[in-house]
Amino acid sequence: MKVLVAVKRVVDYNVKVRPKSDNSDVDLANVKMSINPFCEIAVEEAVRLKEKGVASEIVVATVGQQQAQEQLRTAMALGADRGLLVSTEGDLEPLAIAKCLKALIDREQPDLIIMGKQAIDGDNNQTGQMLAALADLPQATFASEVSIEDGKAMVTREVDGGLQTLALNLPAIVTTDLRLNEPRYASLPNIMKAKKKPLDTVTPDELGVDTAPRVTLLGVEPPAQRQAGIMVEDVAQLVDKLKNEAKVIS
Amino acid sequence: MSVLVSAEHDNGQLNVATLSSVAAAQAIGGDIDLLVAGESCQAVAEQAANIPGISKVIVADNAAYGKFLAENIAPLIAELGGNYSHILATATTTGKNIMPRVAALLDVQAISDISAVISEDTFKRPIYAGNVIATVQSADKIKVLTVRGTAFDAAAAEGGSATIEPLASVHNTETSAFVSEEMAESDRPELTAAGIVISGGRGMGNGENFEMLYNVADKLGAAVGASRAAVDAGFVPNDMQVGQTGKIVAPDLYVAVGISGAIQHLAGMKDSKIIVAINKDEEAPIFSVADYGLVADLFSAVPELDSSL
Repeated sequence: MKVLVAVKRVVDYNVKVRPKSDNSDVDLANVKMSINPFCEIAVEEAVRLKEKGVASEIVVATVGQQQAQEQLRTAMALGADRGLLVSTEGDLEPLAIAKCLKALIDREQPDLIIMGKQAIDGDNNQTGQMLAALADLPQATFASEVSIEDGKAMVTREVDGGLQTLALNLPAIVTTDLRLNEPRYASLPNIMKAKKKPLDTVTPDELGVDTAPRVTLLGVEPPAQRQAGIMVEDVAQLVDKLKNEAKVIS
Repeated sequence: MSVLVSAEHDNGQLNVATLSSVAAAQAIGGDIDLLVAGESCQAVAEQAANIPGISKVIVADNAAYGKFLAENIAPLIAELGGNYSHILATATTTGKNIMPRVAALLDVQAISDISAVISEDTFKRPIYAGNVIATVQSADKIKVLTVRGTAFDAAAAEGGSATIEPLASVHNTETSAFVSEEMAESDRPELTAAGIVISGGRGMGNGENFEMLYNVADKLGAAVGASRAAVDAGFVPNDMQVGQTGKIVAPDLYVAVGISGAIQHLAGMKDSKIIVAINKDEEAPIFSVADYGLVADLFSAVPELDSSL
């Protein structure tokens, strides 16, 4: 079984992003970039399927600028077999990314597509669902457990209030939630080996994808700041404040 | 303008989260119709018809929609939505699952998790875990939006009398099937709807210690949440997670216990009206957003809080 994993290069999880001084966009000058945490979970899940003998080949793809090759190499160091970069000038919107990935599905014909549920930059949570629509494939978003049984993907999903399990015909699209797995660290020998794995580049034009943006960013602003309140001495004072000052408990 | 709101429900009861989308639709303006897609969901349609300001409630009642599978509901909404200028759903796990699929079927770039309506085509939404609020303008003919529930005060639920229209259209792809579900049984209110939320972090130490929070919650009629650190450590299930990648809450009172206050957690609760932090580390960032901070060992403070309520 062939697995396609889509990943995204994003600002590192630990960076606190701020608006530029003119509020035109966020300030990303010289910040650390990493593979999106949910995408890392997607790579790990594919590698585990390969280790179990379920998957035979893992192709990792990304849509982004040349530097995103770094994240493809990271994924290959974790266990992906080869990389595909859809090379773009700037950042694309989820719909355009989904169209590029749809073109890759047509070329690669994977049996399973795994991707993160959302990227921690735009927090859109859209690309997997859009890809499923464009490719006319079943989807299981927010996965906390994936297994392949009798030619179907059995996926447990994290939904409001609990868990839901779906059975999807293959090929299918799965997006990962936090508890699906805990990604491994790449070993130094594997990082070295990853440098020799094949990495191909295509452009949206070559894939026949129109990437014209639909949404314009008019500006950004910091969120309303909360003022720190007061420190209370003990529980009795806290309860008194909540009852008599804030009046939120009775 | 005309707005279609996709109602969220369990085939018996309208989910109050829907009222936030109705409020956002009212802010956009124009006629508002509500879609109730489900199985044996007539009772939901009747509740929906009571919402003031709704023109009509469209009911697609079929077994194919009973489990709200995106593969079946998305083409239904896309088919119907072609006649509207805006299509809205609240950003619950159901809304987030279905709406981007609807948008792609309509060749529209969806806008997720809007927190304010500026005009019919311009919206605000949080990005980067809420560290930045973006103002975005859509050039698409149809706007497909999910609505951040905590950012809009729920519209009124009673007093309207919309007409109810059945819709016979059936989409059943049969490529995905519902197998089972395991819903957390709890007498406590739902996290996103609770007036009071008490959350525990890594400082709780283990899952058993959450009992202390459940005891306090039951006295206050509160829901219990957790930080990602507590979920990652396996103390509690992920559906209790409050934060960027979990639930977004904005109760009247939020009590953070043993939570340091990572930006990803703050993203999920900083719009709460009153925030209380209990942490033994006086340098914890959570204190910078707390209205009332208590530097104390939670293992003595929480039982004391419990006994003083």
